[in-house]
Amino acid sequence: MSPSRTAEPADDHRDDGRPRLRAVVGSHRVDEEIFGRAFDGRVISRIWDFVGPYRRQVVISVVAVAIFTLSQLAIPLLIRHAIDNGMVGGVNLPVLYWTVAGFALVIAVNFAASWVQEGVTGRMAENVLFDIRRKMFSHLQRVSLSFMDKTEVGRLMSRLQGDVNSMQEFLETSVLSVGDILLLIGIVVAMLWLDWQLGLLVLSVLPILLIVRLFWLQRARAAFMAAHEANSITNGALAEAIHGVRAVQGMDRGRVNHGLYTGLVDDNYRAHLRASRLAQIMIPIVDSLTGIAMAVVILVGGYMVVEGRIEVGVMVAFLFYIQRFFDPIRSLTMQYSVMQRAMASGHRLTEVLDVDVDVTDAPDAVPLEREDDGSVEFDHVTFGYDPKHPVLKDVSFRVNSGETVALVGPTGSGKSSSMALIHRFYDVQGGAVRVGGRDVRDVTQASLGRHIAMVLQEPFLFTGTVRENIRYSSHWASDADVEEATRAVGAHDFVTALPQGYDTMLDERGGNLSLGQRQLLSFARALVADARILVLDEATANIDSYTEMQIQRALETLLEGRTGLVIAHRLATIRNADRIVVLQQGVKIEEGSHDQLMAAKGLYSRLYSMNYASFDDIPEELTGEDRARAT
Amino acid sequence: MTNTAVANGSGATDPKRIFRRTESTAAGEGVNAVSRITRMCLAYPGRVAVAMIATVLAAAAQLSIPVLLGRAVDATQAIGSATADEAALRTIALTLLAVSVLRGLFTLAQNYSAESVGHALAHDLRLAVYDKIQRLPFSFHDRTHSGDLITVGMLDLEGVRMYFSTALVRTVLLTLLLGIGAYLLISTHALLGILALSFAPFAAWRSTAMQLTLRKTWLILQEKLAILSRVMEENLAGIRVVRAFSSAPHEMKKFDAASEEALALSHRRIDVRVKSTSAMTLAFFAAMGAVLLYGGTLVAEGEMSVGTLATFLTFMTILQMPVRQLGLMVNAYARASTCGARLFALLDMPVEVDDAEGAPDLKVTEGTLRLDNVAFAYQGAEGHRAVTGISFEARKGETVGIVGPPGSGKTTLMHLIPRFYDVDAGSITIDGQDIRDVTLSSVRQAVAVVQQDSFLFTTSIENNIAYGDPRATDSRIERSAGSAQLHDWVVGLPERYGTVVGERGVSLSGGQRQRLSIARTLMLEPAVLIFDDSTAAIDAGTESRIRKGLRDYAADRVTLIVAHRLSSLSHADRILFLEDGRIVEQGTHDELIALGGRYAALHELQMRPEADMMEAQP
Ligand SMILES: Nc1ncnc2c1ncn2[C@@H]1O[C@H](COP(=O)(O)OP(=O)(O)O)[C@@H](O)[C@H]1O
Ligand SMILES: Nc1ncnc2c1ncn2[C@@H]1O[C@H](COP(=O)(O)OP(=O)(O)O)[C@@H](O)[C@H]1O
Ligand SMILES: [Mg+2]
Repeated sequence: MSPSRTAEPADDHRDDGRPRLRAVVGSHRVDEEIFGRAFDGRVISRIWDFVGPYRRQVVISVVAVAIFTLSQLAIPLLIRHAIDNGMVGGVNLPVLYWTVAGFALVIAVNFAASWVQEGVTGRMAENVLFDIRRKMFSHLQRVSLSFMDKTEVGRLMSRLQGDVNSMQEFLETSVLSVGDILLLIGIVVAMLWLDWQLGLLVLSVLPILLIVRLFWLQRARAAFMAAHEANSITNGALAEAIHGVRAVQGMDRGRVNHGLYTGLVDDNYRAHLRASRLAQIMIPIVDSLTGIAMAVVILVGGYMVVEGRIEVGVMVAFLFYIQRFFDPIRSLTMQYSVMQRAMASGHRLTEVLDVDVDVTDAPDAVPLEREDDGSVEFDHVTFGYDPKHPVLKDVSFRVNSGETVALVGPTGSGKSSSMALIHRFYDVQGGAVRVGGRDVRDVTQASLGRHIAMVLQEPFLFTGTVRENIRYSSHWASDADVEEATRAVGAHDFVTALPQGYDTMLDERGGNLSLGQRQLLSFARALVADARILVLDEATANIDSYTEMQIQRALETLLEGRTGLVIAHRLATIRNADRIVVLQQGVKIEEGSHDQLMAAKGLYSRLYSMNYASFDDIPEELTGEDRARAT
Repeated sequence: MTNTAVANGSGATDPKRIFRRTESTAAGEGVNAVSRITRMCLAYPGRVAVAMIATVLAAAAQLSIPVLLGRAVDATQAIGSATADEAALRTIALTLLAVSVLRGLFTLAQNYSAESVGHALAHDLRLAVYDKIQRLPFSFHDRTHSGDLITVGMLDLEGVRMYFSTALVRTVLLTLLLGIGAYLLISTHALLGILALSFAPFAAWRSTAMQLTLRKTWLILQEKLAILSRVMEENLAGIRVVRAFSSAPHEMKKFDAASEEALALSHRRIDVRVKSTSAMTLAFFAAMGAVLLYGGTLVAEGEMSVGTLATFLTFMTILQMPVRQLGLMVNAYARASTCGARLFALLDMPVEVDDAEGAPDLKVTEGTLRLDNVAFAYQGAEGHRAVTGISFEARKGETVGIVGPPGSGKTTLMHLIPRFYDVDAGSITIDGQDIRDVTLSSVRQAVAVVQQDSFLFTTSIENNIAYGDPRATDSRIERSAGSAQLHDWVVGLPERYGTVVGERGVSLSGGQRQRLSIARTLMLEPAVLIFDDSTAAIDAGTESRIRKGLRDYAADRVTLIVAHRLSSLSHADRILFLEDGRIVEQGTHDELIALGGRYAALHELQMRPEADMMEAQP
């Protein structure tokens, strides 16, 4: 019995009057070219930059592959020699012995060449692969954040993995192609040299194979790609079922999904059978052509032997060569595909490597010293991700060393952007941002990083132990420092309650912790970094009141003796600040202490009097009129 | 569709361990897996038979080629009438041509049927895996890494698929070639035959040893590469943290450490491969040299014809490939046994939450939900009951609020009602029917949950909303979206309801996700509607609009609301306060405030966030 479609058909339209089935499983988008031009000079030259350091290895492996090929070509000739001069037409044992000695020498050379070639090529290709990946990864550490904001992680990962791998494959097969081309030429030359007439006759099947093969390649490739894609589609649907299993069960969608999935699996099955048929169809063709070539050698060659025009050893050598004859053609056509694939990948790799680095240290940049004060100043700052549409317009405010300033305002008013500017994630278009009294463009980025600690809205943890996460890049911190910081933010208790305490591994980025707990760990991480300035984007995600209390307390500890700039959402945080800066649509509209702002009866006081627990709860209607004023 | 898959039920231990890639399988299990795969292949007897017969015929054709070549060579050597030789040559040439064509056709038939058995097997297994995963209960998924399940469904399945064509059929082919070939050679000339085959044991051993080493190191390499890709992925996903701490050097160090380990291992693998393949080639050629030398002497002494020597030599070239590929076969067996063991462990996993034999559908009449002394502990944490002694009743039209500190068991309780887990003690009934005595599907239709963090599917907004009711009309979808306060936002999108959301579509804010997941739940007509902390990211104003929009809808069912924001519960008929899995306070809002207990303290805390918080903590 063959797999059939028994389940509910996954149709889109039905004529029985029922509404159409709005259901799919898995989502699949083919968004990348798989094959590029076979040869792209620009890409090749970029890749060559990476191969450059291994020039010596390349030369060695090409020479080795040449020797290897020659030694293989020599073997049928040696056999021929042994037969014709050592065995038939008068026994000549010395010739036989000498030929076998020569044979021994050739196979020794073959052994050495194969060892050198495979080893050197393999290592070289691996090294280049890792070099390219390292170069890309380190480049990504410096490229502009706007690029990173725009680019999906998955896309970059497929550059760092799939595309890099196909470059490796390409390098390896390039060396092999040299061998294959040599082998092909060698066989042709050897046959013609042995007997040009018989050689030509036998070689006449070559063009046939070549034509068939090229014709076949087109269709086969389409079928292989279809099979590959059907696989991705099915696997994508499986992954979706796994990730969304709770939603599926909760909404009782299992049966419908199984029906849809059956459709995908059936398609996948058919696509693979088709690909398999196409892959196998070449076998009888090649075998038949080999048969024809052998028959020709036997008929014509045999006749020539009988006639005495060639010796029998020549015929044997021909038969040997024919056995090997089609191999290089097969691998060369396969390598052609590899090459096209590599060019498409190489093109994508160069795109990543060519992404601009906007923010770099000025040549005369000096480090910010620990002694520099912890002030932050926005001096008529204008900034936009797209310079034509500024998201901060002429914003000025100052945070003195040791002060805490709360930045408030509706979503999209530019709070997070301001925070990014302090750390110089982006460069301003007008005005200046000063930290410790110096323009951030005049100091080194590394020292800026040590001067400022940031806590982001969404706590991001890395796979690793709790301790590693808290210490993160503060290498100088001892275990005691880590523990002290954890205690200070009130996370010590829950950390020690974990199975291995500080050495507990965090599952998939802290998935085994609650959001509040992750938040506290990211506070501890900032505390260990022990910077003069703390910039904090308060979490908006709703956290239960108990955790919120803990976080508020941790925040107080964190801000003690530091300059604090807090994007605040909760009134509790806002009220504890020394000063409040109110932003709206990229413009600073109010600034002052809580009492001052209340007295001023502006946006802030109105919002406050509504008694909302968080600024994010504020409906748009309330901020509308002030918006009009701001623009 | 065949279903030999579900046969023996191996014990359900920790799924995390079972699906670990590095965990090696017990030998017995591996053998079982292989024999089970073999049995599954036999479910396609026609194709298996074709594959086997074609294999035998292909081997026969393959083996006759060297013999024919030898005859041809000898025919040219025969001294006598030239015409006779020509006729002999012609016959041999034509036979050879025919045999070559046949060899090709038989090989085609062999490979194609073998692969089609594999694909058919994969087809069945894919469906079985999918079905199983969809049916395995929450408790299973809680304890299993999704990544591990994906690899079982993709890589392990692939390993099983390859078994028939690369392990079984090739074994038959190799056995035939070696067996008959050895018989032919040795019966022609014993010593020369042994010399010709002398490379085979060595090559077989090297090839097997090499593949086993490569396989072992491959698994380790995969692990190292997984670490490397995790380092890269986390770095990219957390790039803002990396920049904020100026920790690029630290990250590069992590990268280099992972990268260098992987590279070193790759180099080691190359060395293993190079050493073995070179040695195999050397052994092969050495044997050929020996045959040439000894055979040459025999020919020179007139004891053997040149053709026979040529037969020996071509035989060797034909045998070379399959012998060298023995390692691949061994590898295919090893892979099938470990992959199969993992795959079958999944397929044999008992479905703990399932329909009872002959269970009827749930019949909702009054629409009354009753929990009676319910207790539950998670697997792996049996010592600690997440909820215990919970009893309450709710009638159609009632709204019950549930409050409590994190970890007090609110979500757990909400997951017991749709029977995501089975209670350990007590019972949950809807209109007097225990939810364990009716079909699972009818319970799920009667109880709808808006989850705490909901999974959205990467598809259009309309498909997401209609997820539980794929045949819904446009107007119903829009109505649900309207009630969830989502419609206005959707119509502002470029493709309105056709806009794709999720991983590859427009990204949604937390509030939008929650509203979408509310809209999707409103499409159902459940008797019990549960909101598990699912309005947390929605602002208070919008939430109250949603609540107003749902007034009529809620009149027809029981509504349970878990919330942190007490203002979300002000309209509830009753509020339960949970702590450590027990109900410690219950009553209306006013009653609970009057009680002056934990609820009142929480209320106080939320109303005056800046008040001295230490005292308010329970
Ligand atoms: N990485 C970015 N690229 C382009 N535009 C952005 C980026 N981040 C924010 N914006 C835009 O800049 C404006 C200000 O955003 P933001 O600083 O995040 O405000 P807030 O933090 O106050 O919500 C918004 O219009 C937002 O869409
Ligand atoms: N899948 C699970 N496996 C094991 N323990 C769990 C699981 N989910 C929750 N728990 C534990 O059960 C208890 C109750 O959790 P939960 O119901 O999520 O609380 P709440 O929803 O009130 O925050 C907690 O101690 C939690 O750690
Ligand atoms: Mg919960």
